Amino acid sequence: MIAHVVIWPILLPLVSAIVLMFFWNQSKIQRYITVLGHGITLLASFWLAMRTYSGDILTLNAGSWSAPYGIVFVADALSGSLVLLASLAAFCVGLFSVVSIGQGRASFGYFPILQFLLMGLNGSFLAGDIFNLYVWFEVIIISSFVLITLGSEKAQLEGAIKYVTMNLLASVIFLTGIAMLYGLLGSLNLADLSLKISQSEDNGLINTAAVLLLVGFGIKSAIFPMYFWLPASYHTPPAAVSAIFGGLLTKVGVYAMIRVFSLLFIDDPFIRGILIVLAVSSMVVGAMGALVQQNIRKIFSFLIISHIGFMIAGLGMFSTIAVIGMVFYLFHDIIVKTNAFMISGLIYKLRGSFRLENLGGMYNRYPYLSIMFALALFSLVGTPPLSGFWPKLFLLKASFNDLNWWIIGGIIAASFLTLIAIIKIWLAAFWKKHPNYAEAKKRIVWYDLPKIQKFTILLPIAILTFVSLYLGLNASRVVEICQLVADQITQPSVYIDAVLSNPVNQP
Amino acid sequence: MEILLAMTIGLLYAAGIFLILRRSMVRLIIGLILLGNGANLLIFLLGRISKGKPPIIPEESKVFLDAYADPIPQALILTAIVISFGLQAYAIILVKRAYRVVKTDDIEEMITTDEI
Repeated sequence: MIAHVVIWPILLPLVSAIVLMFFWNQSKIQRYITVLGHGITLLASFWLAMRTYSGDILTLNAGSWSAPYGIVFVADALSGSLVLLASLAAFCVGLFSVVSIGQGRASFGYFPILQFLLMGLNGSFLAGDIFNLYVWFEVIIISSFVLITLGSEKAQLEGAIKYVTMNLLASVIFLTGIAMLYGLLGSLNLADLSLKISQSEDNGLINTAAVLLLVGFGIKSAIFPMYFWLPASYHTPPAAVSAIFGGLLTKVGVYAMIRVFSLLFIDDPFIRGILIVLAVSSMVVGAMGALVQQNIRKIFSFLIISHIGFMIAGLGMFSTIAVIGMVFYLFHDIIVKTNAFMISGLIYKLRGSFRLENLGGMYNRYPYLSIMFALALFSLVGTPPLSGFWPKLFLLKASFNDLNWWIIGGIIAASFLTLIAIIKIWLAAFWKKHPNYAEAKKRIVWYDLPKIQKFTILLPIAILTFVSLYLGLNASRVVEICQLVADQITQPSVYIDAVLSNPVNQP
Repeated sequence: MEILLAMTIGLLYAAGIFLILRRSMVRLIIGLILLGNGANLLIFLLGRISKGKPPIIPEESKVFLDAYADPIPQALILTAIVISFGLQAYAIILVKRAYRVVKTDDIEEMITTDEI
């Protein structure tokens, strides 16, 4: 049982989802089971993450078929941390959904689908086989399709058309890349592929496969110039759905890119050059897009694009310091983006609008809440000592080591533009006087909610703000973990040995 | 046979991408279906084509005596077909719902979510 800890974060959401489906029409019971299921998954993920932090790479050969012939699940420090963060974010979103998701959506299976989404996320973080990764991606996208269209409002359907098209296209491109790799090298196991690529001579076709994978993952993680679907769709579903999408779905694309490129293609200067160009463009274009928007959720959507660029820049530089910065940024971004979208949902609950021109007076009315929001929003910018500051410091240090002026300029410009966008939200939603409060108050349901429900909405935001503060204030511990991750990522031989030399696990 | 398959795959990809770039939602879906089929055929082709060599060890021997067909691409295609079947069924229903709500088949008119 204990040896199977690797697969628990995948199985537990599946079990919860199945249990939830037995209570299809009893949404009140579903709400309790959701929190319970996410809580148990979180505990299992925490255990898994703690075991990976000892430096071991845990593997599990499915059906006891030893790698590279069978499907293998691998948990190194990166996978372990991401599983932990995904489970944490999903737990908070689950808690947030308990009150914020209405009866209509709950009775069409919102809660089971949320569990399936978490299963897909954890599965793709733990997959050690590229086709298995593809299958987990499909689990994620089919769940996300349901979540984004549940409710069938006009805006949702319009957004979903774009979202669905681009994700299906990305899957086909990813599948084409896998087909080429299999045709060239005859393997699907990532560790085995890594060995075979380093021995192969045929660089032209392998580069083609690499670029196909780059485009596939690039669409999923919304990097420049493949990001247009994201701001067109992420603001249409309920805030809880936006939160889990914004926090985790694009990061899966980034994770896949880190895993595949660090193991397979990173030695190639051609690929690294492309990555750096895409990264700097994403940073600057995303942040500039955020400046013109008036809808809070669209501002956050564009900031996702901008901040994905920071991680891709770290991958493009690929020195130890750059990887530490990239991984730290990934951790920070999952927490902060999930929190930012939940905060936008809470602002909607308190003020009845997502649009900046209809908001105002938050600071006057809710000073303590506003301070908490400020902590979350300004860690997005990277104000020291909040959590966004440290990864940017590492990334800047790495780019100064490489003397890559494009990345230095991109990081500074994007951070500055992010600051302006956040200040814009702060001024309009918190400091400005509310334009027409008497009119807006009629639409706001917040005041009628019982105390326990208000608490349930505030608790997940408080948890994530606390975690974000922890990441910032206890950065030395996080940097230790990132250092471990960086050591494992920059030396693929560690991963390869762990996967291929593993004897078939004990029953 | 390889040449013929390669040309078919190329044609499917080209037609798929052409249809995705059209403005009608129905063509968009057909384009995605063609692309998916193209990818499946590509896996099939890249797994090498062989005739009448099933990957089954004869009862009297312990190992394969001859070259045999690679079973993995077929397993991959089977998985990919099932997945794409589900996704396409979903996409068709989505298009139908979107048509009913937005009352147009033209993607260019679905720009309300892109407005500032």
